[in-house]
Amino acid sequence: MVRDPRLPAPLSWSTFTTGLWRENPVFVMLLGLCPVLAVTNTATNALAMGLATTFVLLCSGLLVSLLRKVIPKQVRIASYIIIIATFVTITDYAIQAISLDLYRALGAFIQLIVVNCVILGRAEAYASKNPVRNAVVNALGMGLGFTFALLCLGVVREVLGSGSLFGADLFGPSFQPWAVFVLPPGGFFVLSFWLFVFAVFRKRQQRAAQPQQEAGHAA
Amino acid sequence: MQPDSLTFIFLNAAIINNFVLALFLGICPFLGVSAKLNSAWNMGLAVIFVMLVSSTCAYGINHLLVKYDLEFLRLICYIAVIASAVQLVEMTIKKVSPALFRTLGIFLPLITTNCAILGLALFQTNLAYNFVQCLAYSIGAGVGFMIALILMAGLREKLELADVPDVTMGAALSLMLGGLLSLIFMGFAGLGG
Repeated sequence: MVRDPRLPAPLSWSTFTTGLWRENPVFVMLLGLCPVLAVTNTATNALAMGLATTFVLLCSGLLVSLLRKVIPKQVRIASYIIIIATFVTITDYAIQAISLDLYRALGAFIQLIVVNCVILGRAEAYASKNPVRNAVVNALGMGLGFTFALLCLGVVREVLGSGSLFGADLFGPSFQPWAVFVLPPGGFFVLSFWLFVFAVFRKRQQRAAQPQQEAGHAA
Repeated sequence: MQPDSLTFIFLNAAIINNFVLALFLGICPFLGVSAKLNSAWNMGLAVIFVMLVSSTCAYGINHLLVKYDLEFLRLICYIAVIASAVQLVEMTIKKVSPALFRTLGIFLPLITTNCAILGLALFQTNLAYNFVQCLAYSIGAGVGFMIALILMAGLREKLELADVPDVTMGAALSLMLGGLLSLIFMGFAGLGG
């Protein structure tokens, strides 16, 4: 059966999972690295930042997709940025209302979600071309992938740098915290370490896939 | 040094709290445009220029917003101003010096999504600097961005000749270098006293 091209693109499981792993915004596409490095000094901050970004991604994806036939092509980037900035302002005030400590810890990086290239990238590359349902599912996947990456960094940095996890002490008083991991250089080192781990993984997968292909050709 | 003297503000933004290596702003161009020394230099110049323009505009707009009690619109106004400032700079350079436009060409539109620019506008508002202090702060931030970019580009040009395991090639290695640079810049932390 041939699909009618006018019908919306099918909603498949991979629309959701692509952002989690295969096109993970941080580990694969290297987008939005500023918050990834800056606010991952504790796992709590990392989780909060990830969820805030997911919320903005979801809402802006929804609105951009709804308005995709209304926004003229020439001013689309400006319109997307205004949409994103609106939701970031909402998030900013919401976090301020929920927890002032968290707001102080994340600092200017909540407002800087506006210039997170993951969000603008999704709006331009996906939400502006796809129906609302797909855009929302894709944005959710991407947001959770981003949160996952932030948590990967946050957990390692908090455990090594302060000897705790989500604020709970892990090792007792005899543990000498490895302070460099909470400081800026630690962010670079831990992200570099994760990228290295994923590069090794991918190399393994490629090597495992090759002999099978060769066997297939022989048959 | 007085904490509100112009020299201190400049050094603070350029070296002690370097925008890239200590505050993590503008990491995307830091990794993206630092492969060649020449393009790093041009990108640095463009960023300094846009920072000056947008910081001046942000200062004026913040005054207006405070006057009319509209601070909740600050973020939206700033980002709109920055996007138009970048556009304006692009058109001006095209008109005044086509040669410079050709060298900068690709990098100019990218500056809109450089979080160092919006970060600068937000920080100077939070720090409540006056107009001259804002100028010193924005030049300092731009120079700091340029220093980081040029250092990184120099290191990466050398590294191309080095023999490293192939899994560490690319981003992982660049970030490791960034970490080492950031460690070095932490040594300036006591400079302000």
